[in-house]
Amino acid sequence: MSIELRDVHKAFGPKKILRGLSLDVEEGETVSLVGFSGAGKSVTLKHINGLLKPDRGTVFVDGLEVPRLARDQLYKLRLDIGYVFQFAALFDSMTVAENIRMGLVKKGGLSEAQIRERIAESLKRVDLSGFENRFPAELSGGQRKRAGLARAVAYRPKYLLYDEPTSGLDPVTTTVIDRLIMRMKEELGVTSLVITHDMKSAYAISDRIAMLYEGRVVQVGTPEEIRASGNEVVRAFVEGRADLAHDAEHPLPDDGGPQGRNR
Amino acid sequence: MDFDRSLTALGSATLRMFGGLGTFSRFTGDSFRAVGNLRTWLPLLVHQMRRLGVDSLPIALFLASFTGIVLALQASYTFTGAIPLYFVGTLVEKTMVLELGPVLTGLALSGRIGANIAAELGTMRVSEQIDALETMAYDPIAYLVVPRVVAGFLMFPIIVIFADVVAVLFGLITSMALLHMSPQTFIRGARLFYRHFDIIYSIIKAFSFGLVITLIGCYQGFHTRGGAEGVGISTTRAVVVAGMLILVLDAFWAATILK
Repeated sequence: MSIELRDVHKAFGPKKILRGLSLDVEEGETVSLVGFSGAGKSVTLKHINGLLKPDRGTVFVDGLEVPRLARDQLYKLRLDIGYVFQFAALFDSMTVAENIRMGLVKKGGLSEAQIRERIAESLKRVDLSGFENRFPAELSGGQRKRAGLARAVAYRPKYLLYDEPTSGLDPVTTTVIDRLIMRMKEELGVTSLVITHDMKSAYAISDRIAMLYEGRVVQVGTPEEIRASGNEVVRAFVEGRADLAHDAEHPLPDDGGPQGRNR
Repeated sequence: MDFDRSLTALGSATLRMFGGLGTFSRFTGDSFRAVGNLRTWLPLLVHQMRRLGVDSLPIALFLASFTGIVLALQASYTFTGAIPLYFVGTLVEKTMVLELGPVLTGLALSGRIGANIAAELGTMRVSEQIDALETMAYDPIAYLVVPRVVAGFLMFPIIVIFADVVAVLFGLITSMALLHMSPQTFIRGARLFYRHFDIIYSIIKAFSFGLVITLIGCYQGFHTRGGAEGVGISTTRAVVVAGMLILVLDAFWAATILK
């Protein structure tokens, strides 16, 4: 039970986003993928549950090659992968309970009473008990993210993908979400990949941290190894130096990449 | 140099047009394939039939009633002294059932239904709600597109029949109240050139307009890019493209089955 990205390339028109990205996430592990805005972190995540297909390279989840799966097999796999969206992506025409119910109904095998029980349990897990009948518009930013997390964990996935779970939140709510991510790992034993550019969060929640730059992973290591990294790009990111951010937000030349550039 | 630039622009525009047609064809094919996924869309159908069909009745009937009034008055104005007045009934019935019932309703509802669908699905697209459906193993086309398209396809003919009836009724009332015609005279005119095929023709047009309005609305919403501005662009496109296609289809049906 692991996630493996092998030499993944992805371009949108002339803009090459991923240029040979490889990354493994082992069973039960929490890996944070960090990088500048526009570096392709969310694009990476969407390859794992088949929302995007790589132009080259491949992705394995649970030993299954995701881009080659038939529609039915892909949908079956998706019920093993919870996805927490950056802005929660709650269905705004439904209450919180109805949002959570969607995945449970799709997964099947639960009676009406069990579904109600599971909704209450999931909301309790993220400290949102009693919010069943609220609509997303009635929730704060932090509550919406927690409701999104409750929806993702309700159908007991083996994997959890988090897309910027703490972006736009105040420091206290960020800490609350970080604790929830760690709690999900402890209580449910899920394998997690977290997309973030918040190094404080990454250090707190990760077993390992991977740095994405110019479409590739330039370093993977434990939080301590990343803190002590000698890699210029990683150091610049960790220290918040602005000189490299400019490069990350521009399309790369065809023959570019960390090895092909002079600096 | 200018020639080169013009040629390049023409080439890019042609590629964009065929690219767009290809994407729309694929979307239409996916939508027809998803009709087989009954378990996903059937429970949502009644809600969409009420939202897109029943809730559209007031605006369609409002439009039809005033069109019936105006048609009766204009026919009387045109016929005065030259053509017997009972032809007012003929003109109101023929014009409404063959043309204005389906086309005016279609154009009005492309604004109401088409824009509504494009804005709703466009917002769901840019806020990643459509991606969220996919992550929970729902086919978003079966869940979002099929119930809307089927509801539009089934409800549009019903709306148009109501509009036809109401327009003729208001034409009759206007003829009695303002033109001092007896109901028998109006009905005599209405029945003079009436054929059952008129109704079938009206319904065929209504089926096709319902399909076009909902399918274009869903397509535009599904392919929304960007934020609020993108939703606005999709909504406008849904109304304009559906309106144009309604007129093209109107001419197509007249040329092919009205002989």
